[in-house]
Amino acid sequence: MKQIITPIWEVFLRSKNGLDHKHAGSLHASDAEQALQNARDVYTRRNEGISIWVVESKHITASQPDDEGSFFEPGEKIYRHPTFYHVPEGVKNL
Amino acid sequence: MYTQALNKKSPKAAAKDELGPEGIKFQKKIDADLKIEPYDFMPAAYRKTLQRQISQHAHSEIVGALPEGNWVTRAPTLKRKAALLAKIQDESGHALYLYSAAETLGMSREEHTDQLLYGTAKYSSIFNYPALTWGDMGTIGWLVDGAAIMNQIPLCRCSYGPYARAMVRVCKEESFHQRQGYDIVNILCNGSKAQFEMAQESLNRFWWPALMMFGPSDGEDLSGDKSNIWKIKRFSNDVLRQRFVNATVPQAHFLGLEIPDAVLKFNEETGNWDFGEMNWSEFFDVIKGNGKCNKERMSVRVQAYEDGAWVREATNVWAKKQADLETPQAAE
Repeated sequence: MKQIITPIWEVFLRSKNGLDHKHAGSLHASDAEQALQNARDVYTRRNEGISIWVVESKHITASQPDDEGSFFEPGEKIYRHPTFYHVPEGVKNL
Repeated sequence: MYTQALNKKSPKAAAKDELGPEGIKFQKKIDADLKIEPYDFMPAAYRKTLQRQISQHAHSEIVGALPEGNWVTRAPTLKRKAALLAKIQDESGHALYLYSAAETLGMSREEHTDQLLYGTAKYSSIFNYPALTWGDMGTIGWLVDGAAIMNQIPLCRCSYGPYARAMVRVCKEESFHQRQGYDIVNILCNGSKAQFEMAQESLNRFWWPALMMFGPSDGEDLSGDKSNIWKIKRFSNDVLRQRFVNATVPQAHFLGLEIPDAVLKFNEETGNWDFGEMNWSEFFDVIKGNGKCNKERMSVRVQAYEDGAWVREATNVWAKKQADLETPQAAE
């Protein structure tokens, strides 16, 4: 018998009105509709969300651990932060 | 960097779709401070208002990087060069967040770009003034980004979810822009006489255009204004402008700079700095396209866009080629 592979899906939840969707986990489902229903059952049993996105995992392109250097180094550029700039004492609302 | 209120008041007449059951539900959500999301029902006029405002805001971010771009190679130190580059990267990123938010309302990025480059889309009037001296890099960060922040903080609570979330990100990143600007002005003011004069001269040119960034006078009362009822606009142009003046005047005085306004005076009664009349005919003239730099700004953008056409074309062709290689039957 030929093994049928059920695709894997990534689940994103909006926990509260106005917030953006955050990754919650993954699950298997044969189509998008089933993935949504499964996501509801698995990930929102305790009011964790008010909106669900599902996307088939194969559609996600991820950076690789080996990319870390070229992607993220040098990590911190301090001049991108407000604290890098001197504000004279007594100056307000900056 | 900035969205400009170009209209005094938005339309008041309620359209049909606002009065139906969906429309009533929509307004109830807004009144309850809930966010509207892309797939929710929204009246056509709400969609249109946001489309115009968010895209103008995005265009302003893109054009706003141009006056600064001219100074990257002339920045006096490596520190200033790095800060300027970081700021320009931020502005371009802000445009991206905003265009993405605008796209959720149903118009493609290509159409938005087209409207800016070849159509009649507007962007903030302030970027049609030239940045002539290094002092302007300080003044722009301090005043222009300062005014932008004043305007953008209330937008973080805008009723449209994607716009509000984009603004949270923008405001977080924007906080260094104003400080690095003030830092530049501070150094100039504590330098030689010529340096101080450079800071003062720059303030003289940018003060009034910065005040006009808040848009035409619209009083303090927004009741009846659609943008306000929809919780897109939380404060009137005049209220935000007054807050900006109150915050900025002491910052200028601290450095020994003089605000170029003969009637500027602290009002003990109201606790506000009373200020003079703005030149609105100049404002509308600049908006219409007759500012010092309107043509220059757009021609630079058009050229960059057209020079980059082959890159966009090549990446699309390359992507298609790779996809065809992966599915050989499709290539046959």
